Amino acid sequence: MDSMGSRNDSAGADDGAGRPGNGRGAAPGEPPDPAGGTGPAGRSAARHGTSRPPGRHHSEVTLRVNGTPRTLTVDHRSVLLDVLRERLDLVGAKKGCDHGQCGSCTVLVDGRRVNSCLLPAVALDGCDITTVEGLADGGAPHPLQQAFLDRDAFQCGYCTPGQLCSAVGAVAEAEAGHPSLVTDPGAPSGRPVPLGPDEIRERLSGNLCRCGAYPNIVRAVEDVIR
Amino acid sequence: MADTGTALGAPAERREGRDKVTGSARYAAEQNIPGRVHAWPVAAGITRGTIRAIDTGTALALPGVLAVLTHDDAPRLAPADDPTLAVLQDRRVPHHGWFVALVVAETLEEARAGAAAVRVEYDVEEHDVTLTEDHPGAYTPEQANGGNPAHREQGHPEEAFATADVRVDARYRIPPLHNHPMEPHAATAHRSGGRLLVHDSSQGATTVRATLASLFRLPEDDITVVSEHVGGGFGSKGTPRPHVVLAVMAALRTGRPVTVALPRRLLPDAVGHRAPTLHRFRLGAAADGTLVSSLHEVTTHTSRIKEFVEQAAVPSRIMYAAPHRLTTHRVVPLDVPSPSWMRAPGEAPGMYALESAMDELAVATGLDPVELRIVNEPDTDPDSGKPFSSRHLIECLREGARRFGWAQRDPRPRSRTEGPLLVGTGVASATYPVMVSPARASAHALPDGRFAVRINATDIGTGARTVLAQIAADALGVPLDRVRAEVGSSDLPPAPLAGGSSGTASWGWAVHEACTRLAALLAAHTGPLPDGGLRAHADTAGSADAGSDWARHAFGAHFAEVTVDTVSGEVRVRRLLGVYAAGRILNARTARSQFIGAMTMGLGMALTEGSTMDAASGDFVESDLASYHVPVHADVPDIEAHWIDEDDPHLNPMGSKGIGEIGIVGTAAAIGNAVHHAAGVRYRELPLTPDRVLEGLAGPL
Ligand code: FES
Ligand code: FES
Repeated sequence: MDSMGSRNDSAGADDGAGRPGNGRGAAPGEPPDPAGGTGPAGRSAARHGTSRPPGRHHSEVTLRVNGTPRTLTVDHRSVLLDVLRERLDLVGAKKGCDHGQCGSCTVLVDGRRVNSCLLPAVALDGCDITTVEGLADGGAPHPLQQAFLDRDAFQCGYCTPGQLCSAVGAVAEAEAGHPSLVTDPGAPSGRPVPLGPDEIRERLSGNLCRCGAYPNIVRAVEDVIR
Repeated sequence: MADTGTALGAPAERREGRDKVTGSARYAAEQNIPGRVHAWPVAAGITRGTIRAIDTGTALALPGVLAVLTHDDAPRLAPADDPTLAVLQDRRVPHHGWFVALVVAETLEEARAGAAAVRVEYDVEEHDVTLTEDHPGAYTPEQANGGNPAHREQGHPEEAFATADVRVDARYRIPPLHNHPMEPHAATAHRSGGRLLVHDSSQGATTVRATLASLFRLPEDDITVVSEHVGGGFGSKGTPRPHVVLAVMAALRTGRPVTVALPRRLLPDAVGHRAPTLHRFRLGAAADGTLVSSLHEVTTHTSRIKEFVEQAAVPSRIMYAAPHRLTTHRVVPLDVPSPSWMRAPGEAPGMYALESAMDELAVATGLDPVELRIVNEPDTDPDSGKPFSSRHLIECLREGARRFGWAQRDPRPRSRTEGPLLVGTGVASATYPVMVSPARASAHALPDGRFAVRINATDIGTGARTVLAQIAADALGVPLDRVRAEVGSSDLPPAPLAGGSSGTASWGWAVHEACTRLAALLAAHTGPLPDGGLRAHADTAGSADAGSDWARHAFGAHFAEVTVDTVSGEVRVRRLLGVYAAGRILNARTARSQFIGAMTMGLGMALTEGSTMDAASGDFVESDLASYHVPVHADVPDIEAHWIDEDDPHLNPMGSKGIGEIGIVGTAAAIGNAVHHAAGVRYRELPLTPDRVLEGLAGPL
């Protein structure tokens, strides 16, 4: 900057944090939502309940979450992660980045692992969702949850639900014959891929752990596939 | 675990483990208090200037938006000891990403949209964010971080260096680094019935409470700060950060419980970073490798609002014997975000420089790098002259060499290839000071035979609850499963933060003392316990903070094997092994996890992590997890951590040194030295990314 000047800024959206002139994701000038009340009480009810009627910016969806059908009206901007955490009080899925960069929010949708921060909930009508809260079978922890405990495969625990869901998904993918970058190209197509440490590391690399529990996580996954 | 005598040191399982693997452990942003709303900060998009005007009208008209706080109308704070907390108080923008507004709305989506709709006009001033060694603004401060003197000199280091038989004169550069705990900084604040309840993602709720009381002019007794589960911190949550101030402001303004969870992209500017360090290292030695002179000069940056000086030359004061020595820091205030603590502040970058220079000296003298370090082992602390309370660096080096198979190493650089891969091994020493602070604790014997210890310790992933219960069980002589440890709330007896590798020592000392007193009460008691049980308290002020006649430090040695791909330039770590001498290890399971976790962060520092302060925008270029590369599963081999049993009576009742940080210290140097051994090229700027590696491989050897 060569001299004093002035600048108009629209800053603060997660994506455009402080990036000058970036108004993405904003809805400035949009008329107030006709479907919702304008008083705090009305909106509060909408947020916590399921009664808000669908409208231009909201739709009704039914998600089967950990086996239970949940019908709710969602803001079209809402991603699955926020619906789980804010609407259904399922806070097991974590928000590490909100941008598909860390894997903390990994859950299973129709059996496949996904970054739930990237999926608009409105597009998931009728889907089966499994979160870390749904991994256990009744009172007994899932074998992988037990293996994480046995191997001390975490410290702060913030990445842990994502690691667990991701590992469950990865084991199923290998079982179904999906190759990874490190799978021997000569391996027979469509046959289960054996998961050695390198395969596990490769397949879980979308799940960051800043505490550095990686070696213990790999051992925990090995324990359950043995 | 139901045994008694072995409670201390046993690999007890984490007490909150089940909650963490089932998703029931709740972190600061996950407090779904009825009526809770969300706030989203607006961060300055300029680097230096003042706010001319803020248009909040559009944002306020959006559905769900409850309030927009700006410097015009946010609650006035009392003067802040830490200037980074004085948010929304005036028009000044001291650096990029400074918070200029806060939008509170019913839902996250509405708060985010509201924040995007806030329009800010600035008067922009020229900025300078570029650190250079010869920057005209550089000065030598009085102190570096941690109260260390900035400058120390013994003998005649320049002259001794000039006349030394063998000389190494090298410059090393470490870029800004970001802590990036997986849980972004978050707080939920709730004012109700005259009390303020805050759930904060913090390494120490006692300080958060004191700071909020001071800033908001509230009695401490009216505030409770809870940090029950914390998703990592690595220094970045060591003291209160602006998010908790914003959350309280919003709660006071709206009367609603409010959560502020910082978006990942805002963390680098808002929560502190490891400042870049430019090192000049000169080592002068006799032909047999004996050091005669050591000069470590560090230049670093700080912000305009806060002097924080990464104490990177400090570890060079205690590592090796040399009659002539200089360690000095210079700092340049720039228009950059305020740097702060990141795991092993000072030691991590400083030991990268020292241990790289030692490797260069090993090559120059023809000595084995392990032997060179042993040759220069000091009898006493070279800086203070005090004897070491315990120092087993040589044992760590020897034990590590044995386990690693160092004896089989061909010392010649570039002596091992596998197709396009060059293979090499490297070693580096590690150190971290022993720190401890006073704390209070209570111990309670319940009539049913169980025990409870209470202390406001924080478990940021270290396993504090578990190890404190072990310490208590050991002091009481009772089975571990009869002891409960309550931590993570400012309503408990006050205690210092989880930081400086001092948490367990500080808390454990108080717990040990309270339990020892309780044991004496129980021994003197006859008959059944009264209904309320028996209680004992401890306050270690005066003992834990008493000075010591001993130099107290942990030591370690790191060994690495790497491959350098001559085609892609990629460096991969094949093996990483650490051996530590850190007093008594109190929980073998959680200690190992801390060691390997810190070594993993050191691997990142060596190979993947680097941030760039962009001269034009004044912002960090790599400000999210897609661009700032923390190590992932595929980067990390099966890391080994071992330790040597140390029996040191000069530490604390448990005989422990801190273990949370030493694992990162020296890891980057060990990897860098292994890369030199593999490729025959000395890289002196981190991280060792493929572009740099290829450039070096193409250049003259
Ligand atoms: S929160 Fe979804 S990938 Fe990070
Ligand atoms: S356990 Fe803390 S981030 Fe993985």
